[in-house]
Amino acid sequence: MGTMKKLINDPADVVSEALQGMAAAHPDRLRVDLENRIVYRKDAPRPGKVGLISGGGSGHEPMHGGFVGLGMLDAACAGEVFTSPVPDQMMAATKAVDAGAGVLHIVKNYTGDVMNFEMAAELAAADAGTEVLSVVTNDDVAVQDSLYTAGRRGVGVTVLLEKIVGAAAEEGRPLQEVADLAKKVNDNGRSMGMALTSCTVPAAGKPTFELAENEMEVGIGIHGEPGRQRLPLAPARDIAAMLVDPVVSDLPYQQGDSVIAFVNGMGGTPLLELYLMYNEVAQLLDRAGITVARSLVGNYITSLEMAGCSVTLLKADDELVRLWDAPVNTPGLRWNA
Amino acid sequence: MGVDSFVSWLRDVAGSLHDNSAYLTELDSAIGDADHGANMDRGFQAVVGMLDETSFDGTDELLKKAGMTLVSKVGGASGPLYGTFFLRFGTALAGADLTPEAIGKGLHAGVEGVLARGKAELGDKTMYDAWAPALEAYDAAVAGGSDLGTALTAAAEAAAKGRDATIPLVARKGRASYLGERSAGHQDPGATSTTLILESAARTLS
Repeated sequence: MGTMKKLINDPADVVSEALQGMAAAHPDRLRVDLENRIVYRKDAPRPGKVGLISGGGSGHEPMHGGFVGLGMLDAACAGEVFTSPVPDQMMAATKAVDAGAGVLHIVKNYTGDVMNFEMAAELAAADAGTEVLSVVTNDDVAVQDSLYTAGRRGVGVTVLLEKIVGAAAEEGRPLQEVADLAKKVNDNGRSMGMALTSCTVPAAGKPTFELAENEMEVGIGIHGEPGRQRLPLAPARDIAAMLVDPVVSDLPYQQGDSVIAFVNGMGGTPLLELYLMYNEVAQLLDRAGITVARSLVGNYITSLEMAGCSVTLLKADDELVRLWDAPVNTPGLRWNA
Repeated sequence: MGVDSFVSWLRDVAGSLHDNSAYLTELDSAIGDADHGANMDRGFQAVVGMLDETSFDGTDELLKKAGMTLVSKVGGASGPLYGTFFLRFGTALAGADLTPEAIGKGLHAGVEGVLARGKAELGDKTMYDAWAPALEAYDAAVAGGSDLGTALTAAAEAAAKGRDATIPLVARKGRASYLGERSAGHQDPGATSTTLILESAARTLS
């Protein structure tokens, strides 16, 4: 345990103390149920509005608790670090944000998250009669979507989806329409990530994997799990191509397409480097004839202190861009509000 | 043989998972996300807390409550999977005499629950690779006239072999499947915790 350097008191208390901190920092926008580990929008439930809930393991901040507020989520359930929350939390959140218009669960495609949200939806149906629909995000092109894997991971597109679908719910659209839009966003988004370092889960006390000084891991997820390929460290422009090419060729994104381009930091990479990466990504897209309608650069879906980045593209029509521009006021994203 | 034996089993499992927490997490670091030991330990400590506060007349109620506790406390994939195992095991024991045959039916019901929730197949490098040979060995022992302790010992030994056989496999389910070929050469953490649970059963239920 001697090598772990973190701003913590006790590894067992990391999640609950961080939630107490969120409650103390944002009393104007958030209400935090510390017992159930749920972050609520302060004024939830909003009459007539579809409730949006997400959740997942902790360690990806600001996702999801930092995306609760006007124009995004109504509630976020926090699990232990990198561990899905439990059905009890999702049940409690579902009941609390349902104002009669139903609730959408936004679930990232990980075995545990999907199972726990499924159990919660079964229990909610049997219990209170709350109408619940789910969308599962699975945008990571590093994973082959086949019978031989658990399917593609939900990564960067989750952030864009929560913003865009949040804006649609804020407009008062009905549940089915909100769910259809969520599926549309997921279907049009693709991502790929890489790591320069591993990360240390507080309860484990040591890095999840070891990378030599001259190595990087390409095709990583957001849980410190090793990627698909370990390669010698390369210049940023080569790394940008390693991430952009498989993303572009997967959907595929074509000449004349308009996208929201998202360069995300994994938690331990400074903005200086993320903007440098964005420059490389923008040039690659320009050369491919793909127009960037909107961009987002920063640490939004992280993997503790991992250094590295991911690139997400979302093919965006005028409707998606308009919803992207709509007001949002959360601890993690804020504009026009 | 009654509810007290099953209480002893659950307490013994909690002790075993606590002692092996760092080992399970180390296995999970190689091909997963480094939380299996901590999660199982937290879940079974909650089961022990529940046992300290509650007394049970029936084994079915005991196991169902243990299952609900795991679902509520563990999270990840292990919470729903082990939670479902104990829920279905308990449900199958309702009104039954605790014969080796009845317990075998309960174990089968539990593992069917795991399959329904996790959709794994043999050879996917999951806990099912320990459960499947364990059930087979248990059934064969009971059919041959063995008592419960002997049958559970055979099950635990078969589980351990199944666990070891996960090492060369390429994972097709769960987070390890993201690694593709790189998941080969590592022992599956879920098959390891399943083996610990069965080894504990062989020690305490007879």
